[in-house]
Amino acid sequence: MLLLAFDTATAAITVALHDGSHVLEERTVIDGRRHGELLGPGIAHVLATAGASASDLTGIAVGVGPGPFTGLRVGLMTARAMADALSIPVTGICTLDIVAAAVVSADPFLVATDARRREVYWATYDASGVRTEGPHVDRPVDVDWTGPAYGAGALMYRETFVSARRPDLPEAGVLARMVAAGTAGGVAELPVEPLYLRRPDAVEPAARKAVTPV
Amino acid sequence: MSDGALVLGIETSCDETGVGIVRGTTLLANAVASSVEEHARFGGVVPEVASRAHLDAMVPAIRRALDDASVTWRDVDAIAVTAGPGLAGALLVGVAAAKAYSIALGKPLYGVNHLSAHVAVDVLEHGPLPEPCVALLVSGGHSSLLLVSDLTRDVRPLGATVDDAAGEAFDKVARVLGLPFPGGPHIDRVAGDGDAALVSFPRGKADDGTLDFSFSGLKTAVARWVEARERAGLPIPVADVAASFQEAVVDVLTTKAIVACRSHGVDYLLIGGGVAANSRLRALAEQRCAAAGIRLRVPRPGLCTDNGAMVAALGALLVEAGRPASSLDLPADSSLPITEVLV
Ligand SMILES: [Zn+2]
Repeated sequence: MLLLAFDTATAAITVALHDGSHVLEERTVIDGRRHGELLGPGIAHVLATAGASASDLTGIAVGVGPGPFTGLRVGLMTARAMADALSIPVTGICTLDIVAAAVVSADPFLVATDARRREVYWATYDASGVRTEGPHVDRPVDVDWTGPAYGAGALMYRETFVSARRPDLPEAGVLARMVAAGTAGGVAELPVEPLYLRRPDAVEPAARKAVTPV
Repeated sequence: MSDGALVLGIETSCDETGVGIVRGTTLLANAVASSVEEHARFGGVVPEVASRAHLDAMVPAIRRALDDASVTWRDVDAIAVTAGPGLAGALLVGVAAAKAYSIALGKPLYGVNHLSAHVAVDVLEHGPLPEPCVALLVSGGHSSLLLVSDLTRDVRPLGATVDDAAGEAFDKVARVLGLPFPGGPHIDRVAGDGDAALVSFPRGKADDGTLDFSFSGLKTAVARWVEARERAGLPIPVADVAASFQEAVVDVLTTKAIVACRSHGVDYLLIGGGVAANSRLRALAEQRCAAAGIRLRVPRPGLCTDNGAMVAALGALLVEAGRPASSLDLPADSSLPITEVLV
């Protein structure tokens, strides 16, 4: 087994390779504006460092968001195209679940990432890490939660999420372990569809405005 | 039958997801999926709607192109993709797909200029491009005059629109006249029965000595004219207004294109882009080029609108010219300068 895992739904462009028992390579770059430039080289890097070729891959795991649209689409388009080219399966995982999988908590907790526009993407989990609500997108003050909170979106809005702490961003190594363990490990697999949670900004034009001053 | 590189081209700069396949200068497949209907109710292309549509249309378009060309990935020598100019989010989807196929299959990647690709596509229909030539590229996203000395390395801008693209003016005037989006084909159709001499609309920048265009004043003039009629309670002669507007656009486009050829001593004019499908533009360009002793080349309409074959055609010329492939950190550049044929 050789699983390629990546997530581009946050400021992290994170890529990992897993052989069925271990994470062989992991590479993460933080740059919220250059997902399109950094993901391809990241994939090439983990393959080369592991001495593997793309044709050795047996599966792909990808974070399907929620996340800012352009970065998120880079990951999904890459996953769909590589899976098509290599005729291998691709598994989608909620990006908030990837952050949650790195959390150790005795209590139910919340994970939030940055949704820009002063909002967060968020979900809640029970103490065993199973998602109990979400994902949603809201203004921090509209999220009714007083328990422990994790993720970059919680860390950004400490006045709301007073107990906010790391991990802040998803790690592809964690994603790879989740998918390698499969649904038997309690992982909620999702279709390879982006979780946008927002509609496109577009308004239907009202009646034509006159150009002639009256 | 080895006559040139087998190149697969991907185009996502606006609302068409295009995948084309060529062998050298021979067209093998040209699969296009358009999201135009999803934009119609907004009266223009909505970038986020276009980007979402590209993500879903890409893999099916690739498969269809390979099927239509009766080739497999094993046969493909290189992948070319539009790196810019265009809508940033839309370009990014095509570039991500091209990189993913390139990594997965070990095929070289060529990130190319969308405007140069509009010129390159004509080799698929009319054979090798005579160089130097002047190219007039007109669409909803661009209106440019280019001097093409060597399509793989020397393309220079001569002029461009200073405000709206020509195709944008068609869309906006169509709206004023109550015609659907996109406006180009509808104005062309109704103008066929109209009197182009009914109103003499302004020819923006016609005599300013530059090779630039302006269509914003024209669009406003049409709106004012229509509003004055409406206020006077008179019916709007839609066909005549459409014909008069269209005449103003194609008059200034063809006039400046011929001036560009003359002032650079060039004997060949090529017209491309979606507006090149306009029947009046084709007719007037033919007439004026004949009178000026200039040879005119216009690809058929299906190759003028945005498509993947044009990207593949340029990719094949770059492979043929021995140009180096792009690197995997190739950016999508929404304002890629025309002088950068290959990124
Ligand atoms: Zn175009």
